[in-house]
Order: sequence, then C-alpha cells, then structure tokens
Amino acid sequence: MAHAEGHHTPAAAHGHAAAGGHKIEGQQHPLGIYFKIWGLLFVLSAASYAVDYFHVQGYLRWGLILVFMLLKAGLIVAVFMHMLWERLAMVYAILLPPILLMTLVWIGAGEADYTFFTRNTFFGPAAAAPPAKHP
Amino acid sequence: MTQPALASTGQPAPLAEGVQGIVADWSSDQRAFKNVPWGKAMMWIFLLSDTFIFSSFLISYMTVRMSTQAPWPNPSEVFALVIAGKSIPLILIAIMTFVLISSSGTMVLAVNYGYRKDRKMTFIFLILTAILGATFVGMQAFEWSKLILEEGVRPWGNPMGAAQFGASFFMITGFHGTHVSIGVIFLIIVAIKVLRGDLDTQKAGFMTGRKGNYEMVETMGLYWHFVDLVWVFIFAVFYLW
Repeated sequence: MAHAEGHHTPAAAHGHAAAGGHKIEGQQHPLGIYFKIWGLLFVLSAASYAVDYFHVQGYLRWGLILVFMLLKAGLIVAVFMHMLWERLAMVYAILLPPILLMTLVWIGAGEADYTFFTRNTFFGPAAAAPPAKHP
Repeated sequence: MTQPALASTGQPAPLAEGVQGIVADWSSDQRAFKNVPWGKAMMWIFLLSDTFIFSSFLISYMTVRMSTQAPWPNPSEVFALVIAGKSIPLILIAIMTFVLISSSGTMVLAVNYGYRKDRKMTFIFLILTAILGATFVGMQAFEWSKLILEEGVRPWGNPMGAAQFGASFFMITGFHGTHVSIGVIFLIIVAIKVLRGDLDTQKAGFMTGRKGNYEMVETMGLYWHFVDLVWVFIFAVFYLW
C-alpha cells in the first residue's frame, strides 16, 4: 500500500504544480503519451484478432483474449480517461464497484452449470419422455 | 492553530495524499471529489451506472451461452466476409474495432487541444471523432442487415444453432450502437459549441444555465472512451469467445 502511495504522489504533485502557477487547466499532458498508448491499443487489438485468425484454441485462447482485453481496458481507463492522474478518493469510488461486479461474473460462471442441468432436465432429449412419477 | 497561517497566505491548504487523502476527501465539507469539475465527477458516476447495465447484459449472455443445449453459432464464421473471393473470418468486426480505437485517439487529441484553447484543432478532431463514430454505426447497420436478411438471424432463433444467439447479439450490440449514435450527436453539438467560441466566452448551453468551458470537452471524451471501453469487452467476450 505504502508503495502505491509513493507511486501516486509524483503524478498528483504534477497536477498541483500546474495549479500553483496559474489557474487550474485540467488534465494537461504531453501528446507523446497519447500517441504511445494509441499505438499500443492498435497492437493489442491486432493481437486479439490474430488469436481468432490463427485459430488458437483451448485455454491459451481464453487466456490470451482475457489478457488483451484487460490490458486494453486498463490503458483506456488509466491514460485516455486520465484515471492515472485523478485523486485516489475518485479512483476508488469509480473502480471498486466494477471490481465487485467481477465477483458476480465469477458466481454467474459457477452457477451456469446448474442452469445447464435444469435446461437438460426440462428441454433436453431425456425430457421428451415424462419423468417417472414418485409414488 | 493552523488557521491564521492559512488566512495570511490566502492559499488553500494543500490536499493530503494516499490513504490519508481518501479519508480526508470523503470526510470533507461539501464535496468529496477535489480538483475535478462537477460535471466530470457526475459523468463518472453516470458511466459507473452504465457499467452496471452492460455488465448485466454480459453476465446474462455468459450464463446463457454456457447453458444452451444446441451449439452456439461460431462467431468467427458468422461474421466472416468474402473479400476478393476469399472468406476472411471476423474481418468486419476487426475493422470496426480499429475504427473505434482510432476515434478514441482523435478524441483524446481533441481534449488536449481543448485545454490549450486551440479552437480550430479541437473542432477538427471532434468532427473527425464524430465521423469515425458514424462510420462505426454504419458498419454495424450493415452487419445487422446482413445477419437479418441473409443469414436469417432473429431474436427468437436462427438457422445456425442456439436460439439465444440472436437475442444476446441484438440486445448487446444494439445497446452499444445506441450509445455510439448518441455519442456522435453530442460530439457534433460540442464541436459546434467549440467552433462558435461558446466555450471561450463561457456562453450558457441550450438546455442549461451552466457556463460553457473546455472541461466539457473532457467530459464528452470520458463518455466516448467509455463507449470504446464497452466495445473492448464486447469484442472479447462476444466475438472472440
């Protein structure tokens, strides 16, 4: 935690320095970082398309797709949406709820088995014959 | 006794950083989000609520996809296009992805030039973003009509496999396409404001008494990047999965 704070301080101080001299001018950053991230997003998109194009299958496929997806999402939120330079109170207020949603995604994936069994019971081929009645 | 010192310099006290900063911000008077224009904070809150809407779509899609009896149609083949006599898998979606990422890049440039008060460049990049967004919607319209008219995909069934494919597809991409379309409209509105100099003269908006300023461009940018962000997730879990 202490590490994360130390990391954040220079970025925030950068905002303060801008505020010190003149009026606050919002998120002012050199153009270079945007072009770098832009290029990186293109490369990552091309890479995730390549996963499909070259028919990578199995766990490698899911792994690559998810890694590229999370990297792209992270870059967009951090740099393009300026989350990297916001105050922590806002960063946590916005980013914690979606992380909690991930728990729901995880539970949903776990419960999908039961949905599948229920479907099989009622709509599957076995369901064509009426289930045996309990005495 | 720090207060007299503060009064004498006339400067606000420096804001605390780290965990202490979080506690200080959230327990402070009047507003929790420091150093952020109100409109921007509220845009973030709106985007958070939108995240929940798209998440519910994606979670229900995931559950449905994992639990269908009939095999799920292979997106790689469904969204293939025949170009120059060769069938290229998923090519239309790949192009759409690149178009949207390009628009995100032009948007971020518009925000940057906006803060430099460069009216002309801001306008050019906003309009470029709107054009790329409109291109995306156009390609989506093409994709939908191809799927509906040629492949016979309906929300209640399709000839290729699991009936839930159509419902998930139209719901998720339809909702996303609506977001893009609304974004394009607002991009054009903000671009016109920039061109007229409304943001320099702090002219109030059409439906609000709030004064115009260049932070509006960044708020607009947040919405647009969010649309791109949602597409990143849709592209991964719906098209590539």
